[in-house]
Amino acid sequence: MEQFINFVKKEFAHVWRDKKTLLILFGMPVIQILIFGFALTNEVKNSEIIVMDQAKDQASQQIIHRIAASRYFDIQRSVMNNEQMEAAFKKGEIKVAVVFPAGFNESLLHQRKAQIQILADASDPNTASMLTNYVSSIIQDYQNSIDKTAAISYSIVPEIRMLYNPQLKGAPNFVPGVMALVLMLVCVMMTAISIVKEKETGTMEVLLVSPFSPLLVILSKAIPYLILSLINVASILLLSVYVLDLPVNGSVILLFAESTLFIITCLSLGIFISVKTNSQQMAMLISLMGMFLPTVLFSGFMFPIENMPYALQIISNLVPAKWFYLIVKSIMIKGLGFSAIWKETLILGGITLVLLVVSLKSFKIRLA
Amino acid sequence: MSSAFAIEVNGLRKTYGKEQLVAVDDVSFHVNKGELFGLIGPDGAGKTSIFRMLTTLLLPEKGTAKVDGYDIVADYKQIRKTVGYMPGKFSLYSDLTIEENLRFFATVFGTTIAQNYHLIEDVYVQIEPFKNRRAGKLSGGMKQKLALCCALIHKPTVLFLDEPTTGVDPVSRKEFWEMLKRLKAQHITILVSTPYMDEATLCDRIALIQNGKILSINTPQIMIQQYPEQLYAIKADQMYELIKALRKYPEVMDCYAFGEYAHVSFNGSFEDNKLKTYLKTEGLTQIEIKPVPPTIEDYFIKLLKN
Repeated sequence: MEQFINFVKKEFAHVWRDKKTLLILFGMPVIQILIFGFALTNEVKNSEIIVMDQAKDQASQQIIHRIAASRYFDIQRSVMNNEQMEAAFKKGEIKVAVVFPAGFNESLLHQRKAQIQILADASDPNTASMLTNYVSSIIQDYQNSIDKTAAISYSIVPEIRMLYNPQLKGAPNFVPGVMALVLMLVCVMMTAISIVKEKETGTMEVLLVSPFSPLLVILSKAIPYLILSLINVASILLLSVYVLDLPVNGSVILLFAESTLFIITCLSLGIFISVKTNSQQMAMLISLMGMFLPTVLFSGFMFPIENMPYALQIISNLVPAKWFYLIVKSIMIKGLGFSAIWKETLILGGITLVLLVVSLKSFKIRLA
Repeated sequence: MSSAFAIEVNGLRKTYGKEQLVAVDDVSFHVNKGELFGLIGPDGAGKTSIFRMLTTLLLPEKGTAKVDGYDIVADYKQIRKTVGYMPGKFSLYSDLTIEENLRFFATVFGTTIAQNYHLIEDVYVQIEPFKNRRAGKLSGGMKQKLALCCALIHKPTVLFLDEPTTGVDPVSRKEFWEMLKRLKAQHITILVSTPYMDEATLCDRIALIQNGKILSINTPQIMIQQYPEQLYAIKADQMYELIKALRKYPEVMDCYAFGEYAHVSFNGSFEDNKLKTYLKTEGLTQIEIKPVPPTIEDYFIKLLKN
C-alpha cells in the first residue's frame, strides 16, 4: 500500500512539474467554456411530436393532418392530458407538443381568432426554436388557405412555450458537451501519454523488472488523472453557474457520480491506447482522432443525431460521450433524478466494464 | 532455491518480426555466483535481447534460462523480486530529483534508502551534493551513477547492466568499473554488456558476441594468451597509404587500423628492415614498427575473420 501511495505521489509530481501540461489541463476547460458560445445551426427532420387535441373539430384535424404530412414531424401519438405530455417530454420521447384548446374551430369561426399552444423541449435551444418555427409556419399555411375561401381574415395565435430553458440560452446545450470533451481529452490523452512516456524513456522496463504489479502501475497512473478530472468537472460547473448563469437543476452529487463513471470510461480508453502504441506522438494522434472527433460528431452536442443516416445513428450508440452527454443534460438542465437516467447509466457502465476488461487484459507484463 | 550458477543459459534464441530477423541465435553460457561476467560485442550483436530475456521482459523462442535457479518464463515473478536491472538507455525520471528517484525505486522494491545504504554509499556520496537536482539535468556520468544506485537499492542477488558506460566520458567509465569491482565484494553477481573492448579485461570472464552468436567464452587473460601470432604495431605519416601498402606485402597475413597504429600479423618469418625498406619505396615516412601484445579487440577481429 505504501508503494502504491508513493507511486501516486510520483505521478502527481510529474503532472505538477510539467507546467505546460498543467496549463492545458486546467486552462482548457475554462477556454472551451468561454469559446463554445456560438450558435450552431442545424435542420431537424422527423422530430417526434405529440398533439393534444381537446377540440377535435374540423380546423384542428386539418392542422394535425398538415403536421403529419410535413417531413419535419412524426406524430408519435395523441394524448389527452397534461401529465401524459409532461411524461413524454421528460422521457425525451418527444421534442415538441401542440395543444388545441376545446372549441378551437368555433372560436376561429366566430371570433375570427383562435389560440393554439406549442411546447418545445428547449434544453436543446436550437432544435426547439427551429421546431416551433416549423409548427408556426404550418399553422400560418393553414390560415392562409382558409383565408382564401373566406371574406374576412382569421387569425390563429400560436402561444409558444420553451420548456426547461425559457430564455433559449445556448449554455445549457454546450456545457454538458464541453464537459464530455474536456474529460475525454484529459483522461484519454493524458493517461495514454503518461503511460507511453514511461515506455519511451525506458522506465517501464525497470518497473516491469520489479516486484510491483504491472496492474498497480496502471492504476497508480490513472488515479491522479481521475482526481484532476474531478477538479475539472468542478471548475466547469462553477463557471457555468457563476459566469454563464446556468444553475445545476438536479443533484450535484449525482452529477459527480456520473462524471466519475465517465472518467473511468475514459481512463480505460487511455490505458487501452497506451497498450497499443509505443510513442507519445502516436498516443496523442490516436487520442485526438479516435476519441476527440467521435465525441464531437456523435455525442449529439454539435450535430443532432436524429438527423444522421441510420448507420451513423447506430454507431453513435457506441460512443460513450453520447450517453454521458444525455445524462449531464438530464441532470443539469432538466433537473431529473437517477430514475430518469438509469438506462443511460447502465449503458455507459456496460461500455466502461468492457473497455476496462479489454484494456487490462491486453496490458502486457512483458515488453512484447 | 540453490543452484550452482547465478545465471544459466541454454540454447536461447530470439527472432523479431515477420521476417524472422535473428537477434539471438542458440546462445548458451553460465555465470558463476559472485562473478563479473561481460557480454562483449558491437551494436546490434544481440546483447540487449539477451538481457531482456534474462530479466523476463522478453520471451525466448527456443531454449531455457535460469536466473538464481528460477526459470525465466515460469518463475518470472520470483526473478523480478530478486534481480536488479539497468537498461541501456537512461531510465530514470528526468523530472524528479536524484533523491526522489532513489526513494521511488526503493519503495517500488519494498525497501528504504536507509536499509541498504551501505551498498550504494560509495556511489551515492559522489552524487549526493546534487541530490536536489533533477535527474534530467545531470551529466552522463552522474546519470549512470544514479541509475546504478537505483538498480542496487534493493540489494539484488544478480545485477544486469546493459551497456552502462555507453555515452559516458572516459574518467566516469573508469570510476564506474571500479565501483563494479567493489560490488563484487558484496557477493553480487554482475552481468554487464559493453561495446568497448578495452573494458573486457576488467571482467572475470567474457563472452564475445556477434550477430546473435557467441564466438568465444573465457577469461580475458586466456583469450589474449590464445592469440596465435606475434602482433606488430606499425605507424607511418599516412595511415591509409600504409594499410594499402601493407596489404600488398606478400608476408602480411592480417592488417587493420587500430587507433593511430596499424596492427599487423605475418606469415612465417618477419624482417624489420626489409619491411621498412619496402614501405619507404612506397613513399611512406616516419615509419615505426614495434611488437605489441594482443588485446581482446585483436582476438575479436581474428575470430570474425575465421
